[in-house]
Amino acid sequence: MNWDRLLAMAGKEVIQIRRDARSIAIVIAMPLIMMLAFGYGVSFDTKHIPVYVFDMEGSQQSQDFLKRFQSSIYFNVVKAVDNYPDLIRAIDGGRCQIGIVIPPDFSNNLNTGKTVRIQALVDGTDSNSANLGMSYSRAVVQAYSQQLQLQWLQRQGRTNIQPLVAVDARTWFNENLESMSTIVPGVVALVMAVVGTFLTSLTIAREWERGTMEQLISTPVTPLEIMFGKLVPYMAIGLFDTCVCAAMGAWWFGVPFRGHLSVFFLGSIMFLTVVLSMGYLFSVVAKTQLAASQISLIATFLPAFLLSGFMYPIDQMPAVIRVITHIVPARYYMAILRNVFLKGTSIILMWQDFAALAIFAAVLGFAATRVFKKRLD
Amino acid sequence: MNGQSPAVVVKDLVKRFGDFIAVDTISLEAHKGEIFGFLGPNGAGKSTTIRMLCGLLRPTSGQAFVYGFDVATQSEQVRQHIGYMSQKFSLYNDLTVIENLDFFAGMYSVSNSDLKGRINWAIDMAGLNGRENSLAGTLAAGWKQRLALGCAVLHRPPILFLDEPTSGVDPISRRQFWEMIHKMAADGVTIFVTTHYMDEAEYCNRLVLIYRGKIVASGSPLELKQKYMTGELLLLECDEVGKALELLQSAPGVDDAAIFGNALHLVVPKASEAMGGVRSYLSEHGVNTTRIEPIRPSLEDVFVSLTSVRNGPETEASRQ
Repeated sequence: MNWDRLLAMAGKEVIQIRRDARSIAIVIAMPLIMMLAFGYGVSFDTKHIPVYVFDMEGSQQSQDFLKRFQSSIYFNVVKAVDNYPDLIRAIDGGRCQIGIVIPPDFSNNLNTGKTVRIQALVDGTDSNSANLGMSYSRAVVQAYSQQLQLQWLQRQGRTNIQPLVAVDARTWFNENLESMSTIVPGVVALVMAVVGTFLTSLTIAREWERGTMEQLISTPVTPLEIMFGKLVPYMAIGLFDTCVCAAMGAWWFGVPFRGHLSVFFLGSIMFLTVVLSMGYLFSVVAKTQLAASQISLIATFLPAFLLSGFMYPIDQMPAVIRVITHIVPARYYMAILRNVFLKGTSIILMWQDFAALAIFAAVLGFAATRVFKKRLD
Repeated sequence: MNGQSPAVVVKDLVKRFGDFIAVDTISLEAHKGEIFGFLGPNGAGKSTTIRMLCGLLRPTSGQAFVYGFDVATQSEQVRQHIGYMSQKFSLYNDLTVIENLDFFAGMYSVSNSDLKGRINWAIDMAGLNGRENSLAGTLAAGWKQRLALGCAVLHRPPILFLDEPTSGVDPISRRQFWEMIHKMAADGVTIFVTTHYMDEAEYCNRLVLIYRGKIVASGSPLELKQKYMTGELLLLECDEVGKALELLQSAPGVDDAAIFGNALHLVVPKASEAMGGVRSYLSEHGVNTTRIEPIRPSLEDVFVSLTSVRNGPETEASRQ
């Protein structure tokens, strides 16, 4: 390996990246846009569910009951209607997810001690949020009934009433159970999987496409010098992007960062080695920029999105799929990042993830050194 | 490596792409300081041969030695000693003149002490003074090509391979280019150049004519003309060139006829005897001859004569 040649190669690559508007867009805009899109777009928290109410009674008590919905952060009472068709249209049109209907005998039943039945119409097209919406409404109703019971008992003269069993739950690492905290480290991993592979997927293919490769391989430069000369600048860019994403996660999205920076950098460098080598491989094999970039998008985005534990917890996947997730490098990096952000545990406890990344880096890096040939045929 | 043995030796070199034989058992030798021309139409196998000699393509069979190194097994050593200019401009369009030169100086490991001098030399040679910071992509074809030559010789290679170096370049730039080539050859650089411009072939010390992958003739330009032109040559100008060509191809006393520009070249056994016959034959068939005279053969005539003897009309096999 000749260092001067490697540096000349890297220097040339930097100049080309700087002059190419598309490269700049990939380097700077892509991570930012993806962070914002996923940071805001993907949320597993169901809050502010839009609710329409149809109060058939309109009494003091029914309004008091509906206020419970209004004051909950899980609901957002958008509008009160005064007939069924309006309510149904609102659900059909997606303007609300739940319609609460108060029967005309609400306060009457309540005051005479009969069971009051209110109606909740739930839009089930998104079963997940429908489920959450239902259980939240039950919780609201339950709290309301409990309070009524309490008042009733108090009126009966009992004073010290206690619930029978209470759970004192305390959530660790993500105290407010905000899905943002789980999502953002995952998004960083997802973004870097895509951007990292994308960055290098163009480099070799571009030289083939523009015809510059023929001149380049007629010189004494070695395949290794070409590879490292091309990967070094992208490693620097990749690390920069990772830092930008992580900083956005910590300061913009307010996710805690509890781990060590060294662990973060070690994991990131290993993961970048994996994805940059992968992009380089695609680039060598595909020989055209379009094909290389498409392969790299498909090969990184979907697995990193679906099989890394980002969207769905791995331990709840079918056994076959769970096995497949082991060959998705983003899985390990995501685990490391979640750990670094939320738990901050020692690197020793994450050794399996680091070992897996090391294996990927070694295998793909080695393959990348082998696959490029200084030949036209 | 001693300077006495030939700079390029090719023995029975073959290159196949599937069923297609691009280069068919060619053998040749080029000596130090020689301008060795590789002449033939597009698709004849010139580029394929030159790429094999640069170690870019693996020969199917046969052997080739460049500067004493086997191109099949020692391609890295070959690359240390050659400069290569590919047919298509293949420098970086998004790099400036000076950045391209710096980059290739780096690739060829030009020593730091030599670097500045070589780059200045290349800029002077290419006439790119004042354009050092222009992007290569914005240069006119003649400059691009001289820049490419500059990049290819920064490391003072003893052997230079030029694949169609002047295609798409204006005539003045072409002449300047050939002057540079001659200077380098005078300094002892062996130059192996392909071209399909027959007039350029006259600049070469030695030539091989390649046609459909095979060498059909070789020698100096003068030797080729003497050796392969069996008859004498007539220039004919007339009203209907196309009709005349058709008539003369089957006319008695005419060995061959071909269009050159807007005139015809005729190969006849003896020029002085054939002129009258041709004129009257054409007028019998209603074609009026405006001019007919004996001329000296060019390489193009040699080439046309050689290839038309071998084959009739053909479809061009191209795989650039």
